[in-house]
Amino acid sequence: MAASLLATILGLTAVTFSIGRFIPVDPVLAIVGDHAGKSTYDRVRLEIGLDRSVPEQYFLYLKKVLSGDFGHSVMTSNPVIQDLAHFFPATLELATIATLIGVFAGVPAGVAAGALKGRWPDHVVRFLGLFGYSMPIFWLGLVGLWLFYAKLGWVGGPGRIDVGFEDLVTTRTGLLLVDSAIEGNWDVFSNALGHLVLPAALLGYISLAYIARMTRSFIIEQLGQEYVVAARVKGCSFWGAVWRHAFPNVLVPLITVIGLSYASLLEGAVLTETVFAWPGLGLYITRSLFNADMNAVLGGTLVVGAVFIGINAISDFLYRIVDPRLREA
Amino acid sequence: MSAVAKSDSAPRSQAEARVRGFARAAARLLENPLAAAGLAVVLALVAMAVFADTVSFHIPPNAQDLNARLLAPGAAHWFGTDDLGRDIYARVVHGARVTLSIVALVAAIVAPIGLAVGASAGYFGGIVDVVLMRITDIFLAFPRLVLALAFAAALGPGIENAVIAIALTAWPPYARIARAETVTIAKSDYVAAVVLQGAAASRILFRHIVPLCLSSVIVRLTLDMAGIILTAAGLGFLGLGAQPPTAEWGAMVAAGRDVVLEQWWVATIPGLAIFIVSLGFNLLGDGLRDVFDPRAS
Amino acid sequence: MSEPPLFEVEGLDVVYAGRDEATHAVRDVSFSLGRERLGIVGESGSGKSTTGRALLGLIASPGIVTARRLTFQGEDLRALDDRGWQAMRGRRLSMVMQDPKYSLNPVKRIGEQIMETFRLHNPGASREAKGRALAMLEAVRIRDPEAVFHRYPHQLSGGMGQRAMIAMMLIGEPDVLVADEPTSALDVTVQNEVLRILDDLVSARGMGLIFISHNLTIVSSFCDRVLVMYAGRVVETLDAKALDQARHPYTRALLAAAPSLDAPKAELSVVTRDPAWLA
Repeated sequence: MAASLLATILGLTAVTFSIGRFIPVDPVLAIVGDHAGKSTYDRVRLEIGLDRSVPEQYFLYLKKVLSGDFGHSVMTSNPVIQDLAHFFPATLELATIATLIGVFAGVPAGVAAGALKGRWPDHVVRFLGLFGYSMPIFWLGLVGLWLFYAKLGWVGGPGRIDVGFEDLVTTRTGLLLVDSAIEGNWDVFSNALGHLVLPAALLGYISLAYIARMTRSFIIEQLGQEYVVAARVKGCSFWGAVWRHAFPNVLVPLITVIGLSYASLLEGAVLTETVFAWPGLGLYITRSLFNADMNAVLGGTLVVGAVFIGINAISDFLYRIVDPRLREA
Repeated sequence: MSAVAKSDSAPRSQAEARVRGFARAAARLLENPLAAAGLAVVLALVAMAVFADTVSFHIPPNAQDLNARLLAPGAAHWFGTDDLGRDIYARVVHGARVTLSIVALVAAIVAPIGLAVGASAGYFGGIVDVVLMRITDIFLAFPRLVLALAFAAALGPGIENAVIAIALTAWPPYARIARAETVTIAKSDYVAAVVLQGAAASRILFRHIVPLCLSSVIVRLTLDMAGIILTAAGLGFLGLGAQPPTAEWGAMVAAGRDVVLEQWWVATIPGLAIFIVSLGFNLLGDGLRDVFDPRAS
Repeated sequence: MSEPPLFEVEGLDVVYAGRDEATHAVRDVSFSLGRERLGIVGESGSGKSTTGRALLGLIASPGIVTARRLTFQGEDLRALDDRGWQAMRGRRLSMVMQDPKYSLNPVKRIGEQIMETFRLHNPGASREAKGRALAMLEAVRIRDPEAVFHRYPHQLSGGMGQRAMIAMMLIGEPDVLVADEPTSALDVTVQNEVLRILDDLVSARGMGLIFISHNLTIVSSFCDRVLVMYAGRVVETLDAKALDQARHPYTRALLAAAPSLDAPKAELSVVTRDPAWLA
């Protein structure tokens, strides 16, 4: 299992390497910019090993990546890895809260919909879900901002925090809510919360739609099994059978689903961050893209990809632990 | 089964059996009002794309009129105009073309690749299976949008690159489906009979196994269409995908972003188009799945 | 019998509403059950399992159960609501199902599942539950009750799983047990063992038993009386000892079709169905 994880991540590095290496743009220029002198150009050319064979270049690349060297960003002139560390927590914050919403609202909704299949709770959940995954999130974000920020003034606007509140708390985790809570600075906390509400609710809705749909499908499958009938024969009530018998069996595949949802939110955040000017990884990648900052784009892609792969691997692992039939295997 | 099927005589040829099966499936699909609505939306999309000029009353989608900027929807301009005075209705209609081409191209790429990879892996088994599935898993593990961004960064924006980027991460699920079905089918007596008749592996694969995988693949494809449309629109929103002045729904939403507070229609209407089309594919896909695999509803 | 019958069934009908036409799974079935063993024999689709499930109120929509009379220990089962059924099932009436691979919850330990029946009907007696469960495991002749108590269903063989199921369904001390093909999923060598355990327990507790099976041989040796079902109807009712006096052609055909070591036949006979039986 670890071997396959390794293979996948290596595959990812191969892809990012290929993109970086085989682009029509001169990779050296991408690093040094248009105004570098010839000596700088030659030096960097040697540095990134363009005089060597492709497999050698790949190994060089791999070595650098493993030591955390993603090169420098043309845009910010920082090492890319530093930028990534700076921007990642914002995305993490958004994706985590959205997944929590998705789980705590989506799972009960899915169970209710499946257990009451064909009745009105089922229809409501199914429609909400259908809307959720037919919805272009960037559009919903715009509409949400227009309604809840511009018209109603209920939530904070774009950005993570109002300009006046920036840099008021020391960055420990990079997660504003956590950092401000640690310091007890509730003004910053509530301002940050006001800005977080809308994008998190949006992503949370998308997550909820997916999780509820899968939960519903799993519960329907389990409720058709003989052991549920056996539970009713023992004298179990209907909802007792649903929650104490069917649901533990649903938990097993549900873990994979939650993992998938979390992972996909991390990349779905790209669009949300653009709409809300949320300073996270997605925004960083998009901005670097338009500045032809290849190092930043590829570094960001690698990190997002690795986290994506990592989360799926973790949920795979948890799946094996939770299902007693797979434990010895 | 309807009473009609019982009173008919048996079909006289394989072609006739296929047509009848198709007609039965279509009838069952249309009984479901939501699926029928989805089908209507998809057909409307195709019609708009093919007959774009007629449907838009020959209003040129790229004609600018700086005296008619940002007009609200009305009799002259059904959906109003954007900040360059272009008729939004015409742009939405022509945007259907872009959307449909992306969707069709992606489908045309991923279905054959996925089927080929999955059916081969499932049929030949052994090392072929391991290698192919390993590759599939690697691509399956990649984040779609971010990878598309990276491609766009490298190759430059444009529809072709967007299609390639999306297709590259969209094919793995089809390989998985095809493999799962193939493994089940390959063990069947039906295939054993064909083998005993002396059929070569390629013939078995293409004439017998692949057709049986088709229904699962079609259902999955239809359901995926919605996601592909959203991803493509997302890329358009970010400025990748179709380039100006071509009308593309995602790009139109982005263009309307700055004026969303006052001139809401510029961003809202293209967004609504994306939503409706995506919804249509989802409804159709759900309906198809109910017809082909009722257990999975 | 001085005691009133445990079950009184008259005109039981189970109908499933379909897309174009309704399916009559069970038609006009009538019988009574005392503290005896009643076998219900039939092929797939004869309605025998559906009858068994209807007796436990397990027929869910789109199935509709109607009867002129359906009483258990004098209580009208047709009038029972959810609460009533919850109190009834497991405690006064129970069922053993065919395949422990599917009828046991795969993510719960055996002991947990057995204790649950006890706890559902004896709230507040939690501490006794473990002891009772272990006692039941011994009663079904499982050699290492403590070990099995902590195991998961997939870790048990078919025979052990079925015995665990029996323990799970008898711990509530019901008066009637419906056994729906209890040995059909087991190897022949294990079948007899499980049947013997069932035999002992049912006799010792003086229970009524409804034994549903497609196997006429087993049913005739195990039960006191036999109901033969075909296409949803009861075509014949007779004493198990008087099988050779069966009058209905279907029963006679079933008897003739059973292979025998004592009187080997050159050709196994097949039942020729008379459409008149469907009337």
